[in-house]
Amino acid sequence: MKVLLGAAALFVAALLGRPGGVNDAAITGAGWPAHLSDYAFFTDLKTRAPAQRLMPYNLETPLFSDYAEKERYIYLPEGARAKYDADKPLDLPVGAALVKTFGYRVNGAFKPLETRVLLHRASGWAAIPYVWNAEGTDADIKRAGTRLPVTFTDPSGETHRISYAVPNQNQCKDCHALAGEVTPIGIKARYLNHAGQLEKLLAGGMLDRLPADAPKVARWDDKAAPVDARARAWLEINCAHCHNPQGAASNSGLFLDLARTDPEQRGLFKRPTAAGRGAGTRDFDIVPGDPQASILLYRMESTDPGIAMPELGRATVHKEGVALIREWIESMPKSPDRR
Amino acid sequence: MLRFCALAAVLAAAGPALAKDITVEAGPDAQERLQTALLDAKPGDTVRIGAGRFELTDGLSLDVNGVTVRGAGPDKTVLSFRGQLGAGEGLLVTSDDVVLRDFAVEDSKGDGIKSKGADRIVYKNVRVEWTGGPKASNGAYGVYPVESSDILIDGVTVSGASDAGIYVGQSNRIIVRNSVAKYNVAGIEIENRGYAEVTNNLATHNTGGILVFDLPALPRHGAGFVTVSGNKVIDNDTPNFAPPGNTVATVPTGTGVLVMAENDVNIFDNDLSGNGTANIMVVAYRQSFEDKSYDPYPRNVRISGNKHGRAGFAPAMPGGKELAQALGGTLPPIFWDGTVESGKGPAVNGSRDAPVLTLNLALGAGIETARPQLVTLTEAVPIAWPAVRLPPAMEAAAK
Repeated sequence: MKVLLGAAALFVAALLGRPGGVNDAAITGAGWPAHLSDYAFFTDLKTRAPAQRLMPYNLETPLFSDYAEKERYIYLPEGARAKYDADKPLDLPVGAALVKTFGYRVNGAFKPLETRVLLHRASGWAAIPYVWNAEGTDADIKRAGTRLPVTFTDPSGETHRISYAVPNQNQCKDCHALAGEVTPIGIKARYLNHAGQLEKLLAGGMLDRLPADAPKVARWDDKAAPVDARARAWLEINCAHCHNPQGAASNSGLFLDLARTDPEQRGLFKRPTAAGRGAGTRDFDIVPGDPQASILLYRMESTDPGIAMPELGRATVHKEGVALIREWIESMPKSPDRR
Repeated sequence: MLRFCALAAVLAAAGPALAKDITVEAGPDAQERLQTALLDAKPGDTVRIGAGRFELTDGLSLDVNGVTVRGAGPDKTVLSFRGQLGAGEGLLVTSDDVVLRDFAVEDSKGDGIKSKGADRIVYKNVRVEWTGGPKASNGAYGVYPVESSDILIDGVTVSGASDAGIYVGQSNRIIVRNSVAKYNVAGIEIENRGYAEVTNNLATHNTGGILVFDLPALPRHGAGFVTVSGNKVIDNDTPNFAPPGNTVATVPTGTGVLVMAENDVNIFDNDLSGNGTANIMVVAYRQSFEDKSYDPYPRNVRISGNKHGRAGFAPAMPGGKELAQALGGTLPPIFWDGTVESGKGPAVNGSRDAPVLTLNLALGAGIETARPQLVTLTEAVPIAWPAVRLPPAMEAAAK
């Protein structure tokens, strides 16, 4: 009991000692904090007002998650800086965290459903999902994931009623593991390099350097950008965390990272490996000029768990993404001799 | 060194003492309770799943090394995925030294049980079934270890897979034994991997019984050295129900053992009968491919001492019917496309006890260019490679 009281006192001291500050011990400690409030990432949970040193960010082309809106923050502890990398995610030190809240608009106001945290501990990155209570005053840990009934209206005005999936901790790893190590996905320079986000991090002393030639991905829905750049950015952020040689789909031989050059590895006239019925009646991942013959599109247009890609976090079809990939495949020159 | 030994002794002593059972019984919230147990398990622990039906809505997954997942029996502990809403498989294992035994997975929307990068995994006395019988809407693979080393599949039963019942891909040192594959498109399939033994299994009422494939454009090419022996490969007669895009969709109904483009395959002492296309078929990879490092030819396939029952009475490959007519109604039990790399000796050898039909096809050539010919195999120097020996702990776990 004494030990418990002592621990509680330390915990409270950590909270009180740094007004407006994040509870660093919750990030770097060994356990699984029971509530989102334990981290003090937000000074007011009801409004989700961020604590000091939480920098909001967004991605130029984001992962589609059933049309959910996302509020994202990078947290860096006092004195810590992210290290720039031209290709890989920004290198964040131990003690850093990424905080991502998923939700939908209800009567115009953002209603949070779940918050996923990625915590950089000495043992590596840990991923934990939290599900918000009905009042929106706190979120409780859900290590085993859960399902939530959700009704929302998509940008085209269509109403959806879905069973929204909060991932379990292993499913977090399915996407975030690279060669077996959990790693952030989105915080790559090329996805952050817009609207002065990287400059702001640099100015705030949270980034070590920012070269003038830092790369940039195309915004997937920027009609002024070339369709090839938009489609490949969309495919990378939605698929390449698994579809790369070190990811969960390494055995497929289909690699959708932006830097990939080999046409067959990118899916062009590539036959499926272990797609099973996910291939439908189609022979190749991508048939240039023929979206209706391309497995890629078949799997994007399905919501059947045995067919749909990505395998996790998608109960609806991303209609606008499908339209983009269709336009992209249509734009490729046909190779009649290959059919 | 002394210090290391002392530490090892302490760890060894501490291991079993700390190992615990986590028991999960059937009932409400099975999804969360079972998944939580799989997350909470520590190396050495056993997750015991009680008897009964577990109605699950999402895939389960295990990512802790050294965990045993044990049910009350493949007919008593049933993980039912009939109401599955998400994830590509019923159970996913991504950790090493895992033992799965004595339970069933039913009606998953995608694969039944997948293990990826999971070395030294044991599947024992497990059943994976699609309960509605063979249907194109069933999941692809029943038991699906991939990119792993040391795999033991023993006493497993799989039925209804719309691709392969037992599918081992891109892995090394595999034993599939004492198992039953029925009513799948492919019963047992070994693909792009090396050192495999498929022994004492029953493959029946599949489209094709046992497949040994090497396919192009995959991160790992087949290393060969596959033994197929002591199996009963009987009455593989289920019409191919795979979706057309799949490689297995091209497997002719009524194929017993099919070797495609693999090297060093030893097929002996099997009991083969009732396979309407052929008891044994050996072919090159016949589709176009871009992969420059890929070898499309089968090499050193040895076929000897098998017991051949009725075969070739309903050949389902293109041109098969015409071929059979020309040969008096049925095809011989062994079928070979006859595709060899010029300048190299015959890819197939073995005992003279069964007639062989070769088509003498060139690589990539259509069936219309076939020059059918009845031949007998010739003895070559028997190929020998070391038997697959798995770590003793794996064999002990499968007792």
